[in-house]
Amino acid sequence: MTTIGQTPVVPQEWFRKYEGLGAWEGKGKVVAVGVGHSPTARRWDGAPETSIGALAIDSLRRAAEDAGVPLDQVDGLVMDPTTTTGAYWPEDRPIPEDFLAAFKPGLNRMDGINSLSTEWILNNFPELSNIQFTMYASTCMSQAICVAAEAVARGLTKNCLVLKAWDNLEGRYGQGGAAAEDTVSGRDVASLWGAVGPYYPAYWFNQYLHKYGGSHDMMAPFVVNSKRNGLLFPEGFWYQNRPEPLSVEDYLAARWIIQPVNLYDCDIPIMSSAAYLFTTPERAKDMKQKPVYIMSHTQANTKHRGVEQTLEECEESATRIAHILYEGAGITSSDLSFENMYDGYTLFHHLMMEGLKYRGVQRGEGLDFYQTDISIEGPNPVSPSGGNAGSGRTRFWMHTDCIQQIQGRAGARQIRVPAEVGVSGGPHPRGGDFMTWGASVD
Amino acid sequence: MPKQSPVPDELTKPFWDGCNEGRLVLQSCKPCHRLNFPAKTACTQCGSGDNFEWREVKGLGKITGYGVVNDSRIRQLQEQQPFNLAVISLYEDPEILFYSHLPGLPPNEVPIGADVEVFFEDTPATGQKVPEWRLR
Repeated sequence: MTTIGQTPVVPQEWFRKYEGLGAWEGKGKVVAVGVGHSPTARRWDGAPETSIGALAIDSLRRAAEDAGVPLDQVDGLVMDPTTTTGAYWPEDRPIPEDFLAAFKPGLNRMDGINSLSTEWILNNFPELSNIQFTMYASTCMSQAICVAAEAVARGLTKNCLVLKAWDNLEGRYGQGGAAAEDTVSGRDVASLWGAVGPYYPAYWFNQYLHKYGGSHDMMAPFVVNSKRNGLLFPEGFWYQNRPEPLSVEDYLAARWIIQPVNLYDCDIPIMSSAAYLFTTPERAKDMKQKPVYIMSHTQANTKHRGVEQTLEECEESATRIAHILYEGAGITSSDLSFENMYDGYTLFHHLMMEGLKYRGVQRGEGLDFYQTDISIEGPNPVSPSGGNAGSGRTRFWMHTDCIQQIQGRAGARQIRVPAEVGVSGGPHPRGGDFMTWGASVD
Repeated sequence: MPKQSPVPDELTKPFWDGCNEGRLVLQSCKPCHRLNFPAKTACTQCGSGDNFEWREVKGLGKITGYGVVNDSRIRQLQEQQPFNLAVISLYEDPEILFYSHLPGLPPNEVPIGADVEVFFEDTPATGQKVPEWRLR
């Protein structure tokens, strides 16, 4: 088993990648109860108390408190050690002295600033005094949720905190390092031609328009709705820092990044951390919040040969993801109360919605569906979390919203149809982790 | 259009050497005859990792889709903005895809589905040639 420091990396056999696996063995054995979010910020200001390590501890503490679980009764910690949103910390830049004075070290000099290890967390959060199980996921909260769900279902931990934190340092996103050099690795053909950042959704979206018709303007209702939902999310970046509504006119006038991806089709890199407390249904009976069942999970399993995943490969992957999720949970598309699939970039959200056949939407119909009532007030809520477009680049708003919607405490975002079953996950159909959530085991 | 110069390594050297010779040479798996681009350490179909050979292909394909880059992260490309960035499917194996800036075509005037052929372009830093594509 691969380890980083003392903590194992999740074994690949834990992931559900294939159709025909039947019901998930963990169904009915694991629930989410507590939710904790740190404050958000655009970038780190250099202070110890706003470092990503401090934000991570803050979110962990809040999740346990929200569930009503004393910290010394938490016995599991699942997290992603990667925290960077893409900005660089030059090797010759010293670590701030007050940060070094405030925290004990972890595994490397950037621990707590530009990465996070379990060692750093446990060294600096001694109230977590009873951790018996740790494991690393990768990429984002989506995978950490799947790993923690498996860990609880397999009986490896009873009260497990699930953590994902994102730091954002000074400097433009993704512009340093190899992107600024005159040469590039002969293996990196994507950088050589500039097929990085939002190129793949631009390519998919143009292929989609060529195949089914439509226009980029038809994305406006989705993006405006997502921004609106984000401004109803008190934990989110735009709500906390820049509560500015987005109009259709604003969206249509935005500058292109990689056409047809414009500025508002992208998400804003931020500092933030979220944590959830997972446990068994039996233990949840004594906790403060209503339990939300993780009903199934899956991991995208694509082996495209070309330099890009094509639209057709993407559509096949989105369909397979839905089939495995539904099979694992024992549900169908008609059971979904709402969907919170990933949106960072916005231009592929409809591809996953079509894969799910959410509200019967078939391939090629997603943009037309966006022209109907997709608001939280309507019968067909789309991305009630607002996703990354609504609250910043963290890839976890969708999961928090699923838990809060089903618990009935999404506040102003609460959808008007009964929130019984939800679905979330990402980052996209060419790779990522996905799950269904339910108010009951059935 | 000026690009970063690709630096070959042991895995990719036959491909880049072929470009310098004006030939499009792709990795091919001996057991299953499957082409790969970029070169891989193991075949994505049969899993074999030590039975590769290199095969010259004709360099004919079609445009499958594109985007127009207005704000690139890659410093070397920023002066050329906006520019087309297309994906080319190889006729000899349509799952094999290449990127192309489609030199000569104005931004956003890209005929999806059109036939293209390969040619080879110098890169400034080292002179290493790279494959590019133009309408036939």
